[in-house]
Amino acid sequence: MCGVLALAVGVLTFTALFVDMALDGFGRLSWDFFTSYPSRRPGQAGILSAWVGSTLVMLTTAVFAVPLGVATGIYLEEYAAKNWVTDLIEINITNLAGVPSIVYGLLALGLFVYQFGLGQSILTAGLTLALLILPVVIVATREAIRSIPQAIREGSYALGATQWQTVRYHILPYSSAGILTGIIIGMARAIGETAPIITIGALTFIAFLPPSPFTAGPFEWLFSPFTVMPIQMFNWTSRPEAAFHANAAAAGFVLVLMTLAMNGLAIWLRYRLRRNIKW
Amino acid sequence: MQTPIAERLARRRARVIRERLIELVLLLAALVSVLTTVGIVYVLVKESVLFFQQVPLGKFLTDTQWTPLFDDAHFGIMVLLSGTLTSSAVALAIAIPLGTIIAIYLSEFAPFRLREVAKPFLELLGGVPTIVYGYFALLFVTPLLQRIYPELPGFNLLAAGIVMGIMIIPYVSSISEDAMRAVPMSLREGSYALGATRFQTAVKVVVPAAFSGIASAYILGISRAVGETMILAVAAGMQPNLTFNPLEPAATITAYIVQVALGDLPHGSIGYQTIFAAGLTLLVFTFLFNVAGHVLRKTFREAY
Repeated sequence: MCGVLALAVGVLTFTALFVDMALDGFGRLSWDFFTSYPSRRPGQAGILSAWVGSTLVMLTTAVFAVPLGVATGIYLEEYAAKNWVTDLIEINITNLAGVPSIVYGLLALGLFVYQFGLGQSILTAGLTLALLILPVVIVATREAIRSIPQAIREGSYALGATQWQTVRYHILPYSSAGILTGIIIGMARAIGETAPIITIGALTFIAFLPPSPFTAGPFEWLFSPFTVMPIQMFNWTSRPEAAFHANAAAAGFVLVLMTLAMNGLAIWLRYRLRRNIKW
Repeated sequence: MQTPIAERLARRRARVIRERLIELVLLLAALVSVLTTVGIVYVLVKESVLFFQQVPLGKFLTDTQWTPLFDDAHFGIMVLLSGTLTSSAVALAIAIPLGTIIAIYLSEFAPFRLREVAKPFLELLGGVPTIVYGYFALLFVTPLLQRIYPELPGFNLLAAGIVMGIMIIPYVSSISEDAMRAVPMSLREGSYALGATRFQTAVKVVVPAAFSGIASAYILGISRAVGETMILAVAAGMQPNLTFNPLEPAATITAYIVQVALGDLPHGSIGYQTIFAAGLTLLVFTFLFNVAGHVLRKTFREAY
């Protein structure tokens, strides 16, 4: 009985929060909201530069985090010998998962922005978030690979396949759904991260888009200043005028819908996976 | 006609080399996470060393003022730490009881269908961006609390702490529940056979047996609370304030870093270095919690 109550508290709070935000922000949601730049006049402000920035940063994050995370997972499960290097890597990943996200922001500020001279760019943000979600991708990859029965590997070796051929044609295809689940959860986390991106010094008022790869050089946009959805929301939330709070609510509504959709997709994928796999 | 032996050997060697090369590439990818840790420690320590050359460590730990950007600069980390600890305490006062009760309920009492729905729902709750929680704390929970207690300032640690607690519930409950579900059925059956009720079994048998897992869930909750940034930066204000009263506004270590990053401090100035010193303090704290969790797990592990 007590348990139902506790659960109800959680559910009710969440519903209250969500409904409150939806009510505050719903009036602002329109086509114009998605196609306008931020503005000093709250009624005309929009999230165009924010959602374009978020999309580009996510793209960069995925390009770095997915290959690195999957490769690390494969190495630890299929290749690594039991020695101190492996132990070191494993302890590292566990610890990194517990490091507060703002510390990643400090790493990026000291290393990417100043030491490597990448500036406060989309590339810096993408790299930072990639490092941040790396443990999530690695753990998901390892779990997916671990659930594949040994017999599959033995069968592949018996047919004369090398270790890499076994990984490439058997391990990776069978674990891909599990890996995908981990990637989606990691990306959902990255899209909502605010603190590390503020720490690298991303501007909050951006009224232009990064250069298009078709008119400027193909990689110019990587070095462009940017803003992302959570930063735009932070900016509007911390202003005193109530009209901006409505904008913040609308941006938050879009952001929550995006993360809920991504997490929901991951949960659904995992559910289907659990039901359909029969080795 | 058979391929000549030399050619077959060469092909075989090429294959071995390719396999080794692939393994090397995978190892290099795995080492990126080690490099990340090295990078974090290097950056934080490097800037902190510069900082501590100007501010003695004793002053940093004992000074009761934090005014790094004023002419009369003081660097007392206690001030920021008090905000961090107070807000974390409020959050844990919410998250630990609720999270534990939810975990016990889902693991021991809830019907199968409800559990199948509740678990993903809690997971979704944990996926909501923290800036959104910050919005709630400032514009929903604070006005609500002000109706009960009108003197409450617009920025305060209480609302931020409460919302932070709600945010942490899923972490606490899901790990605790996993630990309780791992307790073997035979223990529960033994308890029932001795005439214990379901509730007695849950509280006196299952919870102690799963204690190491539950403790690590709490530790994870604590380190989440200590490292949480956006809720506090938005709802608790950015004024440094040495207080343990949750009704007051106060800056935390994380909120201070955000505040400095929002401004335009020149690279290499003392203000710039303070955020690395503050970050190092934060890292030391979360590291201590992780170690404590590890020790707890080792000491209280019950093997079946």
